Amino acid sequence: MRRFAAAIAAALLCASGAYAVSGPLPDQAVPHQAVIDGTAMPTKLSAFGLFREGTSELIPALLPYSLRTPLFSDYAEKHRAVWMPPGTNAPIGRDGVPGFPVGTVIVKSFGWPDWNGGRPVETRLLIRRAGGWVALPYIWDADGRDASLAIAGRRVPVTFRSPDGISHSINYAVPNKNQCKECHSLKGDIVPIGPKANNMEFGTAGGRSDSSRFFSYPAMRIASMPKWDDPKSGTVQDRARAYLAVNCSHCHNPEGSASNSGLFLRWTDPVNVNYGIGKRPTAAGRGSGGMDFAIAPGDPEHSFLIYRLESLDPGIAMPELGRSTVHKEGAALLRQWIAEMPKDE
Amino acid sequence: MRFHSLRRAAALCIAASLVAGPAAAKTISVAAGTPDANEKLQEALILAEPGDVVELAAGTWKLADGLSLDVNNVTVRGAGTGEGGSILDFSGQQGAGEGLLVTSDDVYLTNFAVINTRGDGIKSKDADRIVYHKLRVEWTAGPKATNGAYGIYPVESTDVLIDSVFVRGASDAGIYVGQSKNIVVRESIAQENVAGIEIENSFDADVHDNIATRNTGGILVFDLPSLPQQGGHNVRVFENAVTDNSTPNFAPKGNIVAGVPTGTGVLVMANRNVEVFDNVFDQNGTANVMIVGYRYDYKDPNYQPLPKAIVVRGNQHGKAGYAPAFEGGDQIAAALGGSLPPVLWDGAGDAVVLDDVGVLSLGLPDVKTPRSEAKPEPANLKGTPPAPLPEIRLPASMEARLK
Repeated sequence: MRRFAAAIAAALLCASGAYAVSGPLPDQAVPHQAVIDGTAMPTKLSAFGLFREGTSELIPALLPYSLRTPLFSDYAEKHRAVWMPPGTNAPIGRDGVPGFPVGTVIVKSFGWPDWNGGRPVETRLLIRRAGGWVALPYIWDADGRDASLAIAGRRVPVTFRSPDGISHSINYAVPNKNQCKECHSLKGDIVPIGPKANNMEFGTAGGRSDSSRFFSYPAMRIASMPKWDDPKSGTVQDRARAYLAVNCSHCHNPEGSASNSGLFLRWTDPVNVNYGIGKRPTAAGRGSGGMDFAIAPGDPEHSFLIYRLESLDPGIAMPELGRSTVHKEGAALLRQWIAEMPKDE
Repeated sequence: MRFHSLRRAAALCIAASLVAGPAAAKTISVAAGTPDANEKLQEALILAEPGDVVELAAGTWKLADGLSLDVNNVTVRGAGTGEGGSILDFSGQQGAGEGLLVTSDDVYLTNFAVINTRGDGIKSKDADRIVYHKLRVEWTAGPKATNGAYGIYPVESTDVLIDSVFVRGASDAGIYVGQSKNIVVRESIAQENVAGIEIENSFDADVHDNIATRNTGGILVFDLPSLPQQGGHNVRVFENAVTDNSTPNFAPKGNIVAGVPTGTGVLVMANRNVEVFDNVFDQNGTANVMIVGYRYDYKDPNYQPLPKAIVVRGNQHGKAGYAPAFEGGDQIAAALGGSLPPVLWDGAGDAVVLDDVGVLSLGLPDVKTPRSEAKPEPANLKGTPPAPLPEIRLPASMEARLK
């Protein structure tokens, strides 16, 4: 069995409720709150006490979750979990955004099932401290027992197969601390991106996690975003919009890193010129690919949004960070969406 | 353990600060040539604290990824911009949209070079009171369509100073200031870019004492629709040398500058209150000064596509208009005896031209009328200009950096 998957499965199992777990798991363990709340940037991930000692298995006190539509990161498998201090939780607002308390840690590990025995390559922490959110990237040591702070990021050579069976050997980019913020920035402050009520799911086929310890929901139901790759979950347009919201709108919103582009791709944004329909390039440079519009309705071949998604050239590629492979399946969905748009729109 | 060794290295490098600032301010010295030089440089930019100087030793960093700075009031200072200086070489860049990205306030960049980035050279966003001084941003093979878009690229910032920089080879604009306020671009050289210097969707700018030569277009003042900040106004372009802007346009199609005719000196589009005065123009084959409306389709009801209250005065006009590089330009030139007058107006909006040279109007007051329906005729735009714009004044802290 793949060790990474096994670790996560174990964590899921343990987090799935008040079941007593026999064996060596220290299931009463909690993270080291003083380190979380402090101001230090520990050199070792183990300092936070989020993982079982000497392993990449999360302690069961954390709540694992997944996203209906995730951000594409070079086909990496991501394992996400959240921790909040005892006696606190995150009330979810009417907009679906959780109000995480001070002391929250969001943990995200990246790996490939067929690389290095499925062990994670890196783990990113997003920590809510008294002064605001802090983003810290850790790269797992060769022996897999701990991970080391890589504040300046690093390129790590990895080889893996994408779902179509093609093998990729890339220099996977672990982001530096500033790059974490480039995506996680709103009005210049760091904020979480993924964990919103309309996109989060708890538990997997193997078990059900109790999220009520960590999240309290408003009375009104929050409609879920579609799953980008599940036609049963939404129309092509809605799935394309979910894909753009998750993969692009953390920068492409009026308060994000790409605010100056005037291209806004949030889930709530109307599909008009500022969504790219008939929008001319602003500061795209070579990213225009010689085309006039980000989205030319009915004509994906002349929509430079597609051109940029399918490029690996740093002067052209979108997103600017975190992508060394083309997400063929995602681009195919957007191509279909644009192709089906009436041309006279 | 990397972090510990970095701390040790940083501690070793702490020197008595030579600049005025908080007592705790320190200098973090980094050098190229070591196996971890790139990580050390990025670490220094992350771990710097307000008031610190990150000092780049002479040498060449071969960078695979973009650098970024997000700490307020940091100086990045190199040992020179030329051979033997501090060179950030991005020829092998694998990621990031620019070479160096600054997202913090009160940053001072000086005395180093950024070369051959895949995208933009140095970008600063939401970075107020930034000073770009004595920098070289260059695509060293000269004009190529595969070069990055912008050389020096401040955007969405208030108080921007660009002084004594050299930019060459940008496939869009060498110096591009976008959606910003209170801007000075001076004593810089922009050559062999598509646009030498471009002020776009910006308010209150002085562009003076620069050399814009051998670009496609020398100095552009533009406003575009569907952007967060628009309604560009109050821009003064003065005492620049704008000569021999003859490089064939090499911008990727679709970008607004791809429509700039080769041989353009100063081009003002869809701004109000722009003054072009006391410049020296020569050898601009299309026109020394062009004043036009935004003539593309747009769907933005708040957008104002016309040039308004444009003033052209006191300029020295050398040879111009002998190789008009817009559709139909050669026929018009032939009809006028071989060349166009130095000032070209598309007929939209309003302008006052006091220079004693000919002005050609294309007779297209409505921006929706296609250019093919131009009715070219000489125009007299002499009149009373609006009150002169005031000089741009930057916070004293910015000018003090240069002393």
